[in-house]
Amino acid sequence: MDATFFVGLITLAVLKSAPLVFGALCGLLGERSGVINIGIEGMMLLGAFFAFLASALFNQWTGGALSPEISLIVGLVCAMVGSMLVAALHAVLSIHYKIDQVISGTVINLLAVGITNYVANVYFDNTHLSGVGVFPIIKIPFLSEIPILGPILFSYQPMIYLMFLLVAFLQYAVFHTPWGLRMRSVGEHPRAADTNGINVNRTRYLNVILGGALAGMGGAIMVLENVARFQKLMTAGRGFIALAALIFGGWTPIGALSAALLFGFSEALGVRLQFGDLNHLYILISMVGIALTGIGLFWIIRKFTSRKKSAHSNRSIIIMTLIGSFILIGANLIVFPDIRIPIEFLGILPYVITILVLAGFVRRAKGPAAVGKPYEKQ
Amino acid sequence: MKNNKNDILLRVKEITKRFPGVLANDKINFDLRHQEIHCLLGENGAGKTTLMNIIYGLYQQDEGEIFLNNTPVEIKSPNDAMRLGIGMVHQHFMLVPVMTVVENIMLGTEKTRGLKIGQLSKLDREKVNREIREIASQHNLRVNPEAVVQDLSVGEAQRVEILKMLYKGAQILILDEPTAVLTPQETDELFSIMRSLINEGKTIIFITHKLKEVLAVADRITVLRNGKVVGTTSPDKTTMEELANMMVGREVILSVKKKPARPAEQVLELIDLHILDNRKIEAIRGISIKIRAGEIYGIAGVQGNGQKELIESLTGLRKINTGNVFMRGKDVTNANTRSLINMGMGHIPEDRQKYGLILAFSVEDNLILQTYYKTPFSNHGLINPQAIHENASRLVKEFDVRTPSIFIQVANLSGGNQQKVIVARELSRPLDLLIINQPTRGLDVGSIEFIHNRIIQARDKGAAVLLVSAELDEILSLSDRIGVIYRGQIVAEMDVKKADRETLGFYMAGLSKKQPELNKKLGIIP
Repeated sequence: MDATFFVGLITLAVLKSAPLVFGALCGLLGERSGVINIGIEGMMLLGAFFAFLASALFNQWTGGALSPEISLIVGLVCAMVGSMLVAALHAVLSIHYKIDQVISGTVINLLAVGITNYVANVYFDNTHLSGVGVFPIIKIPFLSEIPILGPILFSYQPMIYLMFLLVAFLQYAVFHTPWGLRMRSVGEHPRAADTNGINVNRTRYLNVILGGALAGMGGAIMVLENVARFQKLMTAGRGFIALAALIFGGWTPIGALSAALLFGFSEALGVRLQFGDLNHLYILISMVGIALTGIGLFWIIRKFTSRKKSAHSNRSIIIMTLIGSFILIGANLIVFPDIRIPIEFLGILPYVITILVLAGFVRRAKGPAAVGKPYEKQ
Repeated sequence: MKNNKNDILLRVKEITKRFPGVLANDKINFDLRHQEIHCLLGENGAGKTTLMNIIYGLYQQDEGEIFLNNTPVEIKSPNDAMRLGIGMVHQHFMLVPVMTVVENIMLGTEKTRGLKIGQLSKLDREKVNREIREIASQHNLRVNPEAVVQDLSVGEAQRVEILKMLYKGAQILILDEPTAVLTPQETDELFSIMRSLINEGKTIIFITHKLKEVLAVADRITVLRNGKVVGTTSPDKTTMEELANMMVGREVILSVKKKPARPAEQVLELIDLHILDNRKIEAIRGISIKIRAGEIYGIAGVQGNGQKELIESLTGLRKINTGNVFMRGKDVTNANTRSLINMGMGHIPEDRQKYGLILAFSVEDNLILQTYYKTPFSNHGLINPQAIHENASRLVKEFDVRTPSIFIQVANLSGGNQQKVIVARELSRPLDLLIINQPTRGLDVGSIEFIHNRIIQARDKGAAVLLVSAELDEILSLSDRIGVIYRGQIVAEMDVKKADRETLGFYMAGLSKKQPELNKKLGIIP
């Protein structure tokens, strides 16, 4: 394993995690204001659908007179608006009509699959509607020249930069502005918010619908910056992994980004191994070693920097770090047999990691207290 | 506009409020003078809280007007009320547990600094922090603005609520049953805060159904019953008995009449119990108690000191970690609930709706929850409806459960009548041991009187009674012996004759070690 391998892998991980980040931010706005959004998956699927449909049709109508970027931007805007409309449906069902939020979200998932599959069958397949391509990579001058860090941080397509900006902005807005304070109070104790003169349902509407725009972007990025066309069921459960990232990330934007990067990394790894130039066993075992060492070091650092009492004993941290480094060193000493893991199994890697993370780490995760409960004024 | 003391500040004229099927406020007239503590007294459901929610803008009246300084005002939302200087401290705190005091107090009226971009400006926590400290020291309210609300004690949280209202510029403070959750010491402290607020020029409406407190703190008293004003009086012109009669509408005997206990053989023995709570932390840390037939053992203590876990373990709902429970000499440690019930245990749980009743079941079915499988209610595995009807009809009459029918869902009954259903079920079985937790919480004077008398009757029939209550008056009037629980231990145990509110209050606050003289007087080794 060398630097180019890691740079390539991490860049790919960022690309793969972007839809998850947008999806998780959608969930964050909803859940922080007290509305569960199981329908992220559906909203993302519709986002991808609208992005493709709008950009392709716009390009067709203008006859290619305008640059493809304009068509792509039109696609992005339509994806956001379309998903916002679907989110508005979720909001009306769950806030106004007080339908169980999980059921309302499930309705949206089914609706999204139905609509997109139908249109894809009767329209896309028959007309061979073709995409407009993808947003170009924008290399930030000078900064992208820095070795290793340059390609990892400063040479992406525009929506990835937008994603990082959104995470930073929301991290600030959720915790340091009146808007964020009100949103969190509505998600934790809506009656308290109400007695302070905050309109609970309006706050929820606003946040769920804004979240819809984010989910739409999450779907759009898969079309506009990756495959350039719409495939049936192309979100493939990413909306649910985004929810897992939200929970694993402790309902914070930065946390959700980190968790999404982890899931994105596992997907990227699966993709990278399919190229066939690497020894699968060696890479997977090294990754386990890196993960254990990494978590151990992270806990050690936190133990020294955080005032809060750590939940992990010194001994368990040290043992884990040692086992991790032992595996890592050992893996580099042994010559592994060249066993090919079938592509299908590599593809399930992100889902397996999601299950492991959810089962192993977030058992005691505590979300906003009022999440899932419609607000009754008494 | 400058107000003089005793000017009428707020007047409520002919306010009527209907809810589906209920007339909550019926032509209420009420006036509030500047700088007074005005008590609003009434049973549950008398319409006190509804009236206050109207004044605070959470509800709109159907008819009637509100005048502030003799000008009619429309209060359509809490925002309007706060703009007019009316603030309300709710019975259930309106604080977000995971946020700091500063965040809670500024919520809705945030201060920002730097770039002004509406709701996306940066919160100025430091400024609000300074302002809170200023107001707090001015009114002598001890509060740490940086603390997270969920770490505060109930008394502290209440001070935060009061501070929040003052911060928002309240001149009139509505306190809705503020003492329901406080220890006696915290209550005294609250009263002194109330008086100092009055001296600072504020006006207070104090809602309660505790008669003693009314007489202790009120300038004037208005009594409500069934949504109507019964009368307005002042503490020097009335007595507890008169107020109780006004509240209930009939003669009420406030003190519990009981003969001295005649304790017989030992029924329940707890030996060094250790019990974990849901977070796997020891909630009960070594409790040993002996209770004999024919006596009531009262456990006094502020809520959350292990009472819940103790009661749950004794009734088979929670595992005992170490230690033993003996009932009539038989080891029943970690026995299951049904076998305990069959041995003669009765249980009146703390949360009547969650553990006491199945709300969706009818009154008659709720009356046979432990005995449905026995004759006469079941024969060879088949339910015998006739026996169940007869049983229910008899018990409803005997225990004065006011219900339109024995077939309606118990959810439709008032709290007092729901509690009477539980009492009827538990006390109608032959009892050796009766375990009671908060039997009269939230009930009105009439139901309290009834339930207290029934508990005394059960004792006189020879049951050993373990009573847990946060109401000191209840503990003092019912118990024969009292143990004070603090942080999972019985820190003091005494005969009721030696106990009084102050003594119990000291132990409840965990001050036993600082009270050597008191300990000596009571013969207690801490």
